[in-house]
Amino acid sequence: MKKKVDRALQTIYTMWLREMLRFWRSKSRIIGSLATPLFFLVFLGAGFSSSFQVAGGRPFDPSYLAPGLIGMVVLFSSMMGGVSIIWDREFGFLKEILIAPVSRFFVALGKAVGGVTTSVIQGVLIMIIASLMGIEYKSLSGVFAAIAIMFISGIGFIGLGIAVASRIDSHEGFQMVMSFLTMPLVLLSGAFFPISKLPAWLTVLVYANPLTYGVEALRYFLLGESIIPISRSIIILIAFALAMTFLGGKLFGKMKV
Amino acid sequence: MLYAIETEEITKRFDDIVAVNKISISVKPGELFGLLGPNGAGKTTLISMLSTIAEPTSGTAKVWGFDVEKESSSVRENIGMVFQGTTLDDRLTGRENLDLHGRLYGLDGKTRKKRIEEVLALVELAERADSIVKTYSGGMMRRLEIARGLMHHPHVLFLDEPTLGLDPQTRNHIWEYIKILNKVEGVTIVLTTHYMEEADHLCERIAIIDHGDIVALDTPEALKDRLGGDVITLQLENPDNISKLCDIYDKNGCARIVSRQNGEVFITVKNGEHQIPHILSLASGAGISILAVSLRKPTLDDVFLHHTGRAIRDTRASEVEQVGFKIRSRRK
Ligand SMILES: Nc1ncnc2c1ncn2[C@@H]1O[C@H](COP(=O)(O)OP(=O)(O)OP(=O)(O)O)[C@@H](O)[C@H]1O
Ligand SMILES: [Mg+2]
Repeated sequence: MKKKVDRALQTIYTMWLREMLRFWRSKSRIIGSLATPLFFLVFLGAGFSSSFQVAGGRPFDPSYLAPGLIGMVVLFSSMMGGVSIIWDREFGFLKEILIAPVSRFFVALGKAVGGVTTSVIQGVLIMIIASLMGIEYKSLSGVFAAIAIMFISGIGFIGLGIAVASRIDSHEGFQMVMSFLTMPLVLLSGAFFPISKLPAWLTVLVYANPLTYGVEALRYFLLGESIIPISRSIIILIAFALAMTFLGGKLFGKMKV
Repeated sequence: MLYAIETEEITKRFDDIVAVNKISISVKPGELFGLLGPNGAGKTTLISMLSTIAEPTSGTAKVWGFDVEKESSSVRENIGMVFQGTTLDDRLTGRENLDLHGRLYGLDGKTRKKRIEEVLALVELAERADSIVKTYSGGMMRRLEIARGLMHHPHVLFLDEPTLGLDPQTRNHIWEYIKILNKVEGVTIVLTTHYMEEADHLCERIAIIDHGDIVALDTPEALKDRLGGDVITLQLENPDNISKLCDIYDKNGCARIVSRQNGEVFITVKNGEHQIPHILSLASGAGISILAVSLRKPTLDDVFLHHTGRAIRDTRASEVEQVGFKIRSRRK
């Protein structure tokens, strides 16, 4: 029994280590991936604050964007991390993993933990940069809670990415996923607009989107304000993470090389 | 355990084709066994089933005493595999690739360190161990992959086309490693190849596989001996006369027809040097004119041609180009 646990942990750690090594090797790509949210923060923030001043009554606060951007970065990099299994398959490394005497479930879990670590690092970087740009967070404990939220949502989206990647067989499929899954998830969340006064059809979609709860929870912990009660957001995020880990692990187990 | 590998009517079907057709073979522990066959013969499919990567459609196989379907995880612990295409992580260094492999096979830190140095020394990659794999040449990747397959001291090592697309010098090197592994470390090795020289030079026994069937299985010497002596190649002025000439030799009983191809007839005779005049006089007696004659010892090419009716070389050039292309395109 102990030996089994050791092997499981070793498998998870090995897969995590690989993701970390690869992440470290692609520093320049990471910096590139942070550029988009930064432009959002700078220009969208500036644009919003000047144009919404009259309409909204009180001036627009650019800090409102920060949790949305963190959520977006975590979503993108987690989905990428999950879907990168397609590359592993195309470049053959997947065979090396699948022929090893280890459980596929723990392989998938290790991959998820590794991917989520890189996502959280990127989310934290955005959080730090936003704070350097003058956005103020509620409290230090809130910041740590926000990191935990990034972790939980990241696991969910990586699980989703792995599940999707296990079912598609080319990188054209990957493009499809990226445009038909991640963009709607970002746009149909509360990342860039308040979710209180939406038309009914949009409300349904937004509330069915796990990212909405991630962003709401981040907003609660970082800024102290949220529309969805925090306990509900947390429960939904944890349920999403568990369900996707299970689904991702199961589909990966059936994946053909 | 009597056999390192034992298969019983193992079969793999893909939709409408039978890739491996009821193959039963047994390989002794410590043996260096070769699967020789042209493109699409079913070599990769066969060793994929033996290495638990693919499930047999029917039949059974045991590797190192374990059933490939029911005890796949024990099979995996005892085998090493070098796949036909590269399966390295090319963003990591050679050493990191080896280290991750050691971890996946449960080797502790000290053992890993020691073993990494050993396998790197064996394939002479110690100097480049800390470069990113992307910067390796095709031959270096191949050597690293062999090194990785050995990290965990497997009892049985599968090598799928270990030297495909490599230059002759690198190929000779890899042959040396394979021999050392087999003789010094005592690893049972099953390799697939479509290079005759490779099979001839390395393997103790060879199974010739074509369209999913084993058409011949023996030591290289026995396979050649079975052709019945020296090979005489006759080039005819008029290819239409081939059948007539073959009939004459058949009736006379002085020679065995091995195969015929593009106006050439391959026959085998005992004591070739002394038989040539007789062979030629039979032809001229029938009014068939011969343009050229050559005599040589039989090679595995002749064996292959005899059993399959095709030269294995026909399929080779394009394959080499393909692999070169694959390696190049990965660099992007
Ligand atoms: N996943 C698959 N789906 C369908 N057909 C397949 C699949 N894998 C292999 N085949 C077919 O099975 C046959 C045997 O293929 P295999 O790869 O085993 O040949 P091989 O002897 O290894 O050839 P090569 O020398 O080109 O590597 C071929 O006809 C091939 O097209
Ligand atoms: Mg093959």
